Formats: sequence, C-alpha cells, structure tokens
Amino acid sequence: MSGAVVDPRLHAARAAPKRRMRLSWSDPKFRAIVWQVLVVGILAAIVAYLVHNTNKNLAARHIATGFAFLARTAGIPIGEHAIEYDPATSTYGDALIIGIINTLKVAIVGVVLTTIWGTLLGIARLSKNWLLSRAAYLYVEILRDIPLLLQLLFWYGLVQTLPSVRDAFAVLPGVFFSNRGIKVPLFDWEPAHSWALAAFLVGLIGVIAWSSVASKRQAETGVRPKTWPVALGLLVAFPLFVWAVLGAPFQLDMPIKGGFNFRGGGTISPEYCALTLGLVVYTAAYIAEIVRSGIQAVPQGQWEAAGALGLRPGAVLRQIVLPQALRVVIPPMTSQFLNLTKNSSLAVAIGYQDVVSIDQTTLNQTGQAIEGIALLMAVFLVISLSISLFMNWYNARIALVER
Amino acid sequence: MSAAMSMTTPTPLSNVAPAIVLDKVNKWYGAMHVLRDVTLTVGQKEKVVVCGPSGSGKSTMIRCINRLETHQEGKIIVDGTELTDDLRALDTIRREVGMVFQSFNLFPHLTILENCTLAPIWVRKMPKAEAEELAMSYLRRVKIPEQAKKYPGQLSGGQQQRVAIARALCMKPKIMLFDEPTSALDPEMIKEVLDTMIGLAETGMTMVCVTHEMGFAKKVADRVVFMDRGEVVEAGPPRELFDNPQTDRLKLFLSQILKDH
Repeated sequence: MSGAVVDPRLHAARAAPKRRMRLSWSDPKFRAIVWQVLVVGILAAIVAYLVHNTNKNLAARHIATGFAFLARTAGIPIGEHAIEYDPATSTYGDALIIGIINTLKVAIVGVVLTTIWGTLLGIARLSKNWLLSRAAYLYVEILRDIPLLLQLLFWYGLVQTLPSVRDAFAVLPGVFFSNRGIKVPLFDWEPAHSWALAAFLVGLIGVIAWSSVASKRQAETGVRPKTWPVALGLLVAFPLFVWAVLGAPFQLDMPIKGGFNFRGGGTISPEYCALTLGLVVYTAAYIAEIVRSGIQAVPQGQWEAAGALGLRPGAVLRQIVLPQALRVVIPPMTSQFLNLTKNSSLAVAIGYQDVVSIDQTTLNQTGQAIEGIALLMAVFLVISLSISLFMNWYNARIALVER
Repeated sequence: MSAAMSMTTPTPLSNVAPAIVLDKVNKWYGAMHVLRDVTLTVGQKEKVVVCGPSGSGKSTMIRCINRLETHQEGKIIVDGTELTDDLRALDTIRREVGMVFQSFNLFPHLTILENCTLAPIWVRKMPKAEAEELAMSYLRRVKIPEQAKKYPGQLSGGQQQRVAIARALCMKPKIMLFDEPTSALDPEMIKEVLDTMIGLAETGMTMVCVTHEMGFAKKVADRVVFMDRGEVVEAGPPRELFDNPQTDRLKLFLSQILKDH
C-alpha cells in the first residue's frame, strides 16, 4: 500500500539459491549446453570447408584476392554523379562512392516522403468521411498486392511516355517535365546566400530557444506565448533581411529548351524519379497500416478520459494519443525504412546507377566477385545498422515505464 | 407509473437551480432503444446512486451527462447549460463535470503528478507550480502523495482509481460522475476507493454514482435510482427503496445481488 509500513517478512529476504548443473542427459541445462556446442561446431566446420574450397578454386584460376582493384581506372560511364567523375580517369573506388551516394539519395528522400505520405494515408483510413477512408483502403490493398518490381517498371514506363524535350510540360516557369526527367532552375550560389543560410540556422536555434522560453512562461503564468510569429520572423524575415542587406543577388540558371536536350538548369533523372516514386508509393501502403494500427491501439478510454477532463480533440491527439501510438508504431516503422533502403537495389531493373548496379558492373569487369559482394554487404549493413540504431535509440527514449 | 412521479419531486437540498436535469431522454443504438424517457433531477450537493442489472442503460445514462454519449431525444441540462451540438456548451460542461471510469483510464505515459496537472495546465491555463501544488493537495487527500513521481503501471488497481479521482478533482468540478468505480477492483481494494468516495461526499460534492455497492449507497446516497431495460423504474431514499421495493423488477434485482454479497 503506502510504503510507509515495512513488512516484517522483508527482513528475512535473501538471494535466490544458485542452481547446480548435473552431468546428466536429463538435466535441461546440461542438455542445452551440449546442443549449443554441437551447433556451433557444425557451423564452424561448414565455414572452414567453404573458406578452404574458395581458396583452392581461386588459386586454380589464378585470381588475385584483395581490394587493389579499387584504385584502378574504372571506365564505367555514370550518368548521375554527385562528385567529380570521369570514366577515363576515375577509379572503381570513386564509382562505388558515387553508387553509395546515389543509393543514399533514394533512401533518405524515400524514407522522408513515404513517412509523410503513409501517415496521411493511415489517418485517412480512420477518417469518418466514407469516400476518403474507402479510397485509402483501396490504395493500401492494391499497392500492397502488386510486386514492387512490377510497380517500378510501371513508373519507369510512365515516365518514359512523357513528351520529348521539344514538347516538355512546363509546370512552372523553369520547371519542365519530359522523358529526360524533371528540369529545375538552379540559382547561382553567392556568398550572400551562404550568409542567408547561416541566418536561417541561427534563426532555427532561436526558435528552439524560444519554444523552451514559451514552455517556461507557460509553467510560470499558465498561458503559453504564441510561437508562430517568432518562428516566422526568425526563419523567414531574418534570413531575407540578411540577404537583402548583402545586395539581394538573385541570378537564376534557367533550363532552356534545346533541340534534343535542355541547356542549363538542374536535372532530376527519369530513373531516379521512377525509383523514388515507386518505392514511396509502395512503402507508404505499409506505413499507412502501421499508423492506423498504432492509433487504433490506443484504447477508446484514453480519448474519453481526456475528453471528460475538458481537453479538446486536437489536444487529446497531441498530448495523449500520439505519444502512446508512437510507441507501437516505431518498431515496425523501422522495418519498413530498412525495406525501402534495401528495395532501392531494384534500381538495376530500371537502369538507375545505385551502389548495386555499379558494384555489379565492377564485379563483371574485374572478376573480383567475393570482394564485390563483401563490399555490397558491408555497405548495406552499415546503412541498415545506422537506421536501426537511430530508431532503437528513439524507441528507448520514449519507452513506457511499466512495473 | 407511480415511481416516475417520485423522481421529479424536488429534493430537500434543492432550493436553488438543480445541478443536473434529465427530461424525457431517449437514446437508441441502431434499433436498440437503450434509454427510454429517462427523467431525473439531481439537486445541488445531492448524492445519487444508480443501480440496475447489466444492460439496463445506467452507464449510458451517466455518460450522456457529460456527453461521452449523445442523446437523440429529450433535454439534458447540467449546471444551467443545455447539452447540444454546440461545442462551447460542451467545453463549459466538461470543465464543471468530473468523471471516474470503471477501468481508471489513467494516461500510461505520464506520471501520476502529470496525470493530475495535465488538464489544469492545458484547460484551466494554470501555472505549472500552482497546478502541481493543487495536484499534491488532492493526492494527499486520496492518501497517495508518495506515488506522485511513479507511472500508472507501477500502481495497484485501488491506487490507480484513487489517482483517477484526484485527477478529476484537480479540475475543481462542481459535479462528479462515477461509472462503476469499483467493478474492476480486487475485493481488498474496493474499500480504499469507497472510503475516498465517502470522504468526497462529506465535502458536499454533487455526485452521481453507478455502483452495486449497496453499503455505500445506504451510507452516502440521498437517493437511489433503479434502472432496468433503459427505464428509471424506481427512485427514492436508500432505506425506503431497499427495505420496501415496490416493483417486481427491483425485488428480483435485490434478491440477486443480495445472493452475491
């Protein structure tokens, strides 16, 4: 009960006795140890055989092992490279790094977009609006049931049916949709832009500081000061002011239609569009189900109790339902983020040069199959473990205290 | 029906406006008629115990009073405000009416103290220190101030229900509703919760309580209301009702619960 009264029996408390193991087949502990030793032994024997066999075969075929090939000139043409790359001079190592960057580009943008889109779908499925919830239901059921590879081929096909450069859709001034991908204007980066960006970051810190001030003010007076005017000022007005003071440079590099291709501007390739779109649209169906089940896992009684205390529905969602739903949602969400990242290797099918595609070419050209596969495994292991670690950290941070 | 007349008789305490008025309230779940012309007036500071067999509509009735359920016909007036679709009326009433549930419904991700301060801070816009002081004073009243930093999952059922009572009291409600507050508790914990409720009754709180605890009804209730199949069948002071039931339905009900206890 209240803890003030000490139970007299507690004085007699002592440590639990240690159980001794008998060397007998009827002792479960002994049995467990024997089985484990046996399994580990068999596994070690298999590995030893494989290593021996591989070494023998490599020696017979006169294949040199090691990662020296990474320093050799690659000669692989790569369309999309974030860092300097020339097939004639760049190495296999450079090519693989570009592949990793290309994979990360898909994974990061994909995870962010699929989270947003999937959450919206999940909430839509719970909507009281019949049309909206049915539409979300159909989306989830159909998209989940079609193999991802097929969907990627579909999106790639669709992107290729876009008009040629000559007839490209001008969605906005300077933004073109064509079978060469999406063209966007780039603007010439000048010091003033760096300063404006710095001002934005300072503003961001300011907003975080202000929101803690607001919480403190609320704790003291009960009334929470408005946050959005301050946020607007610090994040928009302040950087704009800095930019204006430095002369407001604004020089756009507009894409210009040429005969067969655009000149200038930035490009988002059709392969990247198709792959990212396909992964986002497909994975969002799973995210939607996770979000829906997460919200439904919070008992109706929680809504009722919070409502009975006078909290409005928005406050109930923020203070009571979402914090509890998140706990249910995070672990399966991690799996989906990992799935999206690994599924990005289907890029091979539509000609996007991700790490798998470049690694495969490297492997074909150099014959270093073991090293190539090992590298690929290491890359995905590192990416996946990073996602897992981050999500586990977040999950532990919000874990529920029980008994 | 003669019983219906006795319900509308003003209680001795109510020379001011009544706390709760239910006037010919009807409600259906699909084709099922769950509340039938329920008429009931609860005076200021009056304690009303509602009993009846399961499925009699007593929980539905009490949940209509703070609009966790909506009624489809008739009038419900709480503390002078009529319950309608109007959201402002709903806000007003939810602030004035506290509720305690059968399954406690504490917020598992918040500490006991945070459970109690949540509504004062976000609804009453109270400074945190003041809200915490208020919460601690109510936690002392329900005799568990030392659990303030723990989470609901670490408490026994009886302790959780007492926290739920303190949480509701922190909004300083004028009326408290109890929906079978002891039905989910082990027998040895029922008493601590009932004692808390008796203590609350002694402070003069207006209370409507759905319960089968007849000892509590006899001790605290000004009036007992017996419901069956969505109707108020009989109502009156506890001794009169229990010692001299007028209807067969009440006689049957009393014989059944007396067998159990």
